[in-house]
Amino acid sequence: MNKSELIEALAQETGLHRNVAEQVVKEVFSAMTESLINGEGVEIRGFGSFSIREYGSYTGRNPKTGEKISVKPKRLPFFKVGKGLRERVKNKVGQ
Amino acid sequence: MTLTKADLVSSICKNEILNKAEAVRTVETLLEIIKKRLESGENVLISGFGKFCVKDKRPRRGRNPHTGEDLILEARRVVTFRPSGVLRKKLNQD
Repeated sequence: MNKSELIEALAQETGLHRNVAEQVVKEVFSAMTESLINGEGVEIRGFGSFSIREYGSYTGRNPKTGEKISVKPKRLPFFKVGKGLRERVKNKVGQ
Repeated sequence: MTLTKADLVSSICKNEILNKAEAVRTVETLLEIIKKRLESGENVLISGFGKFCVKDKRPRRGRNPHTGEDLILEARRVVTFRPSGVLRKKLNQD
């Protein structure tokens, strides 16, 4: 499912106009992005939480050429699945 | 401060997209749609943000770190998140 299918499904389930559903979806993910940019986490009960992980610089290698490259420090979002969702998905393996 | 569901609701209200009651209901429905899709084994891609993926894990031998006891971890399905390039860039602008 992609973003426009999500918007469509949200409009259908709530009866909201598609434009409104689109604004809600955009607002939700931009609020989350904003929080992460500010170095703050996101915590949605039953779904999951995002936190920021800082990675220091290191010397890596280009796996193709073997050439040494220095990798700059970076920040990445880390998602931890919430308990509710984890339990719902867990036993569906192989289905 | 950590962003919560209540913050999502209030930013929807602040931008005059919906009133509070509708915003609460809509955010709940949105999250439920995503969860249902993942539950059915489908990946959910939010362009500009990232992709929620379902992955099947094979059973493996594990150990209880507390007691040191050997045990078998059953096959299971897990949800992972891959941040989009756009999001990674936004987090590393400075």
